[in-house]
Amino acid sequence: MELDPVLLSRIQFAFVVSFHAIFPVFTIGLAAYVAVLEAIAYKTGDPIYQKLSQFWIKIFAVVFGMGVVSGIVMAFQFGTNWSVFSYSSANFLGPILSYEVVTAFFLEATFLGVLLFGRDKVPRGAHLFSACMVAFGTFLSSFWILSANSWMQTPAGVEFTDGMVQMTSWLQAIFNPSLPYRFAHMALASFITGGFVVAGVSAWYLLKGRHPETSRRALKMCVVMLAVATPLQLLTGDLHGLNTFEHQPIKVAAMEGHWETQTGAPLVLFAIPDSANETNRFEIAIPYLGSLILTHSLDGEVTGLKSVPPEDRPPVGIVFWSFRIMVALGLIFIGLALASAWQLWRGRLFQSTRLLRALTWSIPLPFVAVLAGWFVTDVGRQPWIIQDVMRVSEAMTPSLDGWMVLLTLIGYITVYAVVFSAGVLYLKRIVDSGPDPIEPSEIGMRARPKRPWSAADIKPRTATDNPGA
Amino acid sequence: MELIDLTLIWVAIIGLGVFMYVLMDGFDLGVGILFPFAPNDDSRDELMNSVAPVWDGNETWLILGGAGLLAAFPMIYAVFLPALYIGVFLMLAGLIFRGVAFEFRFKADSRRYWWDRAFFGGSTVAAFAQGVVVGAYIQGFETEGFVYVGGAFDWLTPFTVMTGLGVVAGYALLGITWTILKTEGRTQKWAFQLAPWLLAIVMVFFVVSSLWTPLTNERIMSRWFDHLSWLWIFPTLTVAVAVWLMWRIRQRAEASPFIGSLILFALFYAGLLITQWPYAVPPDHTFWDAASDAGSQLFLLLGVLFLIPIILGYTAWTYWVFRGKVRAGEGYAGH
Ligand code: HDD
Ligand code: HEM
Ligand code: HEM
Repeated sequence: MELDPVLLSRIQFAFVVSFHAIFPVFTIGLAAYVAVLEAIAYKTGDPIYQKLSQFWIKIFAVVFGMGVVSGIVMAFQFGTNWSVFSYSSANFLGPILSYEVVTAFFLEATFLGVLLFGRDKVPRGAHLFSACMVAFGTFLSSFWILSANSWMQTPAGVEFTDGMVQMTSWLQAIFNPSLPYRFAHMALASFITGGFVVAGVSAWYLLKGRHPETSRRALKMCVVMLAVATPLQLLTGDLHGLNTFEHQPIKVAAMEGHWETQTGAPLVLFAIPDSANETNRFEIAIPYLGSLILTHSLDGEVTGLKSVPPEDRPPVGIVFWSFRIMVALGLIFIGLALASAWQLWRGRLFQSTRLLRALTWSIPLPFVAVLAGWFVTDVGRQPWIIQDVMRVSEAMTPSLDGWMVLLTLIGYITVYAVVFSAGVLYLKRIVDSGPDPIEPSEIGMRARPKRPWSAADIKPRTATDNPGA
Repeated sequence: MELIDLTLIWVAIIGLGVFMYVLMDGFDLGVGILFPFAPNDDSRDELMNSVAPVWDGNETWLILGGAGLLAAFPMIYAVFLPALYIGVFLMLAGLIFRGVAFEFRFKADSRRYWWDRAFFGGSTVAAFAQGVVVGAYIQGFETEGFVYVGGAFDWLTPFTVMTGLGVVAGYALLGITWTILKTEGRTQKWAFQLAPWLLAIVMVFFVVSSLWTPLTNERIMSRWFDHLSWLWIFPTLTVAVAVWLMWRIRQRAEASPFIGSLILFALFYAGLLITQWPYAVPPDHTFWDAASDAGSQLFLLLGVLFLIPIILGYTAWTYWVFRGKVRAGEGYAGH
């Protein structure tokens, strides 16, 4: 049997990076939330914020752990599977990824230790400082990695000679044309993800009548933040799309399902793109709206997929549908966030069971939106690994055999399945046991429990001697 | 001619990075390797808590090694990783299991022995794989230009298995001397008993690899046995440090065994560099062949020179925060 190493490598990369992406989007948002909670607790000494922070730090620790181990895999994927790409673009990619390590990874990894275990060992200010450094580190890290990815979408500041990337301008390369949009959109995505998870868990507690004080406080904070962030996400997404239209028109054609280059292009709402016949089936479209959105005029010209030969087009269906999933979810989020904010304003949020239930059910949705967004971005770039410069098929490690990639792909799937199921199980246990109750004695005073981890780390152990292996 | 040789500076920086990694993740991987042999569950809690606050920072040196190689010596990155493809996967799988074991173990109740095994197995496999990388580096790679053209299992030979086991033993030695430093009572007593044996095993590996390496490779043979007789100071020092270390362990000293093991590792490392210098991708490519553009090396150098001292500073601070002996009830256990 012939195994295609390029296809398998793409599947492997898509799998490991998607798996990794689940964790950062959550930890970036959550780290910022924890830092805010710690700051308020520091200022006011209010035990509610203290309990909330302790609770979410526990969740954070588990998710962050999974983010780190899956991230280490990513750092090596470039070399194992895409070594020609790595070698050719090393002059740019190498320093960028290294800066990510020295500015961001060390910061988050080192201060994480103090954040998790140092509450009783360092002054309160130093603990707050550690929380801020972790949050700051996650942000910086996303900046660098998004710079690398954006550069692959919209390369700038470099020359290509003999298949090698040579730098002409670091500033232009780092701040390449799509970075500002991607960074803003991704940062908002992280806040939205963190916000919906915290809101969802708090709503669930309220429905169950558990931890009412802490949960109300948390829900309120999140709803206010989400009511701002979700509409902003629509705005940045729109600007991002316009920028993509300028630099990667074929990707936009795939997102919009446009085959022909046309003026007065419609906005396709629903269709089943048919690549073989180069057309859409079952299309439902609004005339002229496509041109209006992309060019801000009714008869603006919009590039179609047929303007390039079939081998230069991305897989249309995936891009088209992922884009619709993301946008639909984005609109749902706006609705949910605004409705919740409205009820909060009227003082009815904590009683409106339907909204609370909707918030609880929404917990997985931002993750779906984020993955869908990345599928639009990276599948839409196909067949290029560096837009218009290097193809994915030229980028792969020459010594790879199909079976090697398949074997390790199966390996990663197995390992991740085990780790992910266990992780979700333990997260559920933490959520089940909930934040520590607030002791009457703590109210009104500065709360500093001796053992930050006490009540929550599940039941005490029973077995004393377990042979390790 | 250039005023300064950036490539040489980068050899030093990457050398330092890899060395930091070996020392720091070495002892926490070592703790994982020793895990099942600990006297009881409380000891295991202590072992894990002794590294819990710092392991993530330690492992970041590995990522710096990877990214730094891509930045300064892309050829090494683009040859080693494809050549060691399956081995890299095994190492990553090992690191994943041991990494999540920190978080999962204390939340797992009755299933926690699974994560004990994951911690042990993951640490051992990762250590072994890293030893294999050292062996493969000594062995050399079949390349055309910057492209690896050898087979999928060239890295797996009796020699690399030997270096793999050697690194497992070496990390275990670092782990046990760390345990001596960080624990007391029963756990420390156990560590004192085990340490001399591990030291002996490590020295056996040292002798075997010192004989085997020149015998398999003429270039290395002539490096050590032709002129340059001052090189022999390194093996001599190694033996001397080992003897001192044994003596300090017998005296029940708490800090010097760990320091002694670090020095031993530094000497092994120096020996390796001497053996391979100036080859980055032996047998054909030197560090200068493997280097990236001077502009890229410089761009990163400026940042690194500024940032590494800061990183070392706050790393030292966290070690200071978590100084002193650990107890079973701290950290993750928290009851
Ligand atoms: C927008 C955010 C984002 C994206 C797109 C990626 N990462 Fe990531 N990564 C992070 C944001 C992040 C983070 C927030 O910094 C993490 C996630 C959770 C964590 O623990 O740190 C992290 C962890 C993390 C680590 C471990 C760092 C440590 O030990 O602290 C590595 C080596 C990578 N990532 C590498 C990559 C690579 C090579 C990617 C691209 C293919 C990638 N990440 C995509
Ligand atoms: C974290 C969120 C991300 C997700 C979910 C994601 C998703 C994907 C997917 C689905 C593919 C496969 C495309 C295909 O082959 O059809 C892909 C490819 C790729 N992406 Fe991403 N991506 C992410 C971030 C990044 C970043 C930050 C980088 C670079 C710094 C990157 C670099 C690549 C590379 C090198 C490939 C492989 C070659 C290719 O198939 O084009 N990705 N990604
Ligand atoms: C509300 C309407 C939204 C619009 C109009 C929109 C628009 C876009 C566009 C055009 C892209 C593709 C960028 C490219 O060309 O590479 C994109 C990517 C992306 N979207 Fe959205 N988006 C919306 C909502 C969301 C939401 C709610 C989330 C997640 C919470 C999200 C997460 C992402 C992510 C992670 C990416 C990939 C990274 C990037 O390229 O920025 N988007 N979005």
